[in-house]
Amino acid sequence: MSSRYGIIPRLKRKKIQETLATGKRMDGRGLGDYREISIRTGIIEKAEGSAEVYLGETRVLVGIKIGVGAPFEDTPDEGVLVCNAEFVPVASPAFEPGPPDEKSIELARVVDRGLRSAEVVDFSKLCIIPGKKVYVVHVDLYILNHAGNLIDASAVAALAALRGAMKPVYKIEDDEAVLTEKKEPLKVRKLPVAVTIAKIGESFVVDPSADEEEVMDARLTVTVDDDGNICTLQKSGSEGLTLDEIKKAINIAVEKAPEIRAKITGSE
Amino acid sequence: MSPRKKKTKWERIDGREWNELRPIRIESGVLPNADGSAYIEMGRNKIIAGVFGPKEMHPKHLAKPHMAVLRCRYHMAPFSVDPRRSPAPSRRDNEISMVMRYALEPAIFLERYPRSSIDVYTEVLQADGGTRCACINAATVALVDAGIPMRDLVAACAAGKIDGRLILDLGDYEDKKGQADVPLAYMPKLDKVTLLQMDGTLSTEEMEECVGLAIEGCKQIYEMQREALKKKYGIEKEEP
Amino acid sequence: MSAHFENRDLVIPGDILYEGRIRTGDNTYRAQGKVCATRIGLVEYGRGIVSVIALEAGYNPLVGDLVIGKVVDIDLGFWVVDIDAPAAAILNVPDAIDAPFRPDLVMPDILDVGDTIVAKVVDLDRRRTPILSILGRDLGKVEEGFIIRITPSKIPRLIGKKGSMVNMILKETGCRIVIGQNGRILIHGRTRKQEEIVVNVVDKIEREAHTSGLTNRIQEYIKSLKEEPN
Repeated sequence: MSSRYGIIPRLKRKKIQETLATGKRMDGRGLGDYREISIRTGIIEKAEGSAEVYLGETRVLVGIKIGVGAPFEDTPDEGVLVCNAEFVPVASPAFEPGPPDEKSIELARVVDRGLRSAEVVDFSKLCIIPGKKVYVVHVDLYILNHAGNLIDASAVAALAALRGAMKPVYKIEDDEAVLTEKKEPLKVRKLPVAVTIAKIGESFVVDPSADEEEVMDARLTVTVDDDGNICTLQKSGSEGLTLDEIKKAINIAVEKAPEIRAKITGSE
Repeated sequence: MSPRKKKTKWERIDGREWNELRPIRIESGVLPNADGSAYIEMGRNKIIAGVFGPKEMHPKHLAKPHMAVLRCRYHMAPFSVDPRRSPAPSRRDNEISMVMRYALEPAIFLERYPRSSIDVYTEVLQADGGTRCACINAATVALVDAGIPMRDLVAACAAGKIDGRLILDLGDYEDKKGQADVPLAYMPKLDKVTLLQMDGTLSTEEMEECVGLAIEGCKQIYEMQREALKKKYGIEKEEP
Repeated sequence: MSAHFENRDLVIPGDILYEGRIRTGDNTYRAQGKVCATRIGLVEYGRGIVSVIALEAGYNPLVGDLVIGKVVDIDLGFWVVDIDAPAAAILNVPDAIDAPFRPDLVMPDILDVGDTIVAKVVDLDRRRTPILSILGRDLGKVEEGFIIRITPSKIPRLIGKKGSMVNMILKETGCRIVIGQNGRILIHGRTRKQEEIVVNVVDKIEREAHTSGLTNRIQEYIKSLKEEPN
């Protein structure tokens, strides 16, 4: 019964707001501080690429599986990237087994849009036989522990896994794609980093913890590419934001993104 | 066990002895949000288990007036096998979830928590043959870590037959190419088998021998489960 | 007739603690003349009794327990309170306002969903549902502070013998602490620093609950934390 977890604990909200007003957070962080990020890659040998990311106690495992399939009709000479998120019930008492709910679909779609808009991989290079056979890259986000800010952690994990992914090489014989023994890197061109900002009372914090997410008024996720361009926005939560607040949040994100990107590039 | 299986130069695909387990690593208390948890590597199997409860049963009509309901879930990550599999639970997942429940139920004092539920979730992050046994091994450690009162631990492993020889703890290749697979779960202190399945073909003598072999394997795994549980309190011995 | 372990050895469910005639204490059961452990914990051989001090155990409500809970539902004449037990607890109107229920009573004005309360378990009904009361000193709705959670089996260690541990923490930090038997702890200090010290201290007690000489070590630990600059 997940509704029991939707109840806003008034006491917690009051305490978090009071603490934020002093410029600090309940876990001792400053308003603009991320929790510790650690990245391990290549841990699922059976996947073409994989990464496990800890963002504080938030833990996300991403596996990349690369198969072959038909292209979309409107892009016959481009490969396909599919992003899927599983809120595994071990991750939180609020997660229940069953088909994906709206939150896990939102997570998958926000990460997916980030990867796609920034064109992390050259989709035209993922074509094997135009109109017939293309690579299908599955990015599966597996949430193992939910301690807040799943989007940012998942985006980092997806990028780290894609960077290390190897795709099987196909050769064309009589207009048929034949699998060879060879493998080659997927080649990631860009690193679009997601930065999530929560508005709690009058304060803005980055990388909200589970407690902060429980009591926040609104949330804005901004995905920023290597050149400082914005490639995805997602506003969430049932309070509105003013234009000034949106500008402020975007500025925070653009400033914060290079720091997180450096964690990914420093992971090998 | 008869030594006749050993005399020729026959070798297992990973170089193990016929009665040797794969390398096993178990860790307890790995998930902060679960009431109890465990991680196991058994060969290349990588499995994480989390336990929640005992807690109020939802939906209420599924509650039993005289005991807790144990709910088990066996689930495989899409990237755990080759090729990718759909994350939707399959018929196989549902059956394994059920036999896991039967394997664990006899060990738990369910009657102490009427109308409540105890949820055991196992997630296969990478599969390498014998996942149901590895899941039971991890789930047991997670149940103890959750403080659920138990009669005994449940240890599980498979025995089987390949190339006409009996072997312990089948890996993925042996599972697929072998002539028989007998997964078994066992409570060592109570000397009871709580999971027994088999597919393939075995004579009654071979079957008996397989069961004995699997039980010997379970006893070794039981010791590793104990060590994993004790390790979490490792400082115990050093303190004055 | 023999003991199989030394006093305070770490035991695991199914471990045979004793063979022969002896009473079975907490976290043990008897099977075929043997007394075995049901939980991971430290074995204690007492006079004619063997028991296990559990290192991991959920909360099992008993009459008289002080608990901290969250209101999760309002029904006609009672509130439903989550206290981290196998069953949700009930708080009836007369146990909240010391007056009988009237249909014109606006219950959310007294307690609303999402409110935190400090309550006492006054009864377990026929279905073993805990019945709460907030009538009494220091009971009722919580307006200040925040809640942290630890394993309920470690609460006795946090309280200490006759309250020795919690009183020491109180004296050393000056922070207000209310300990619920259900593992929830209410902390409210005058400064954030006080509160942070208590959070760290509770965390250390939870991790080292099974070790001896803890009170002295905690006292030293608080002193070292107090000396740290902000």
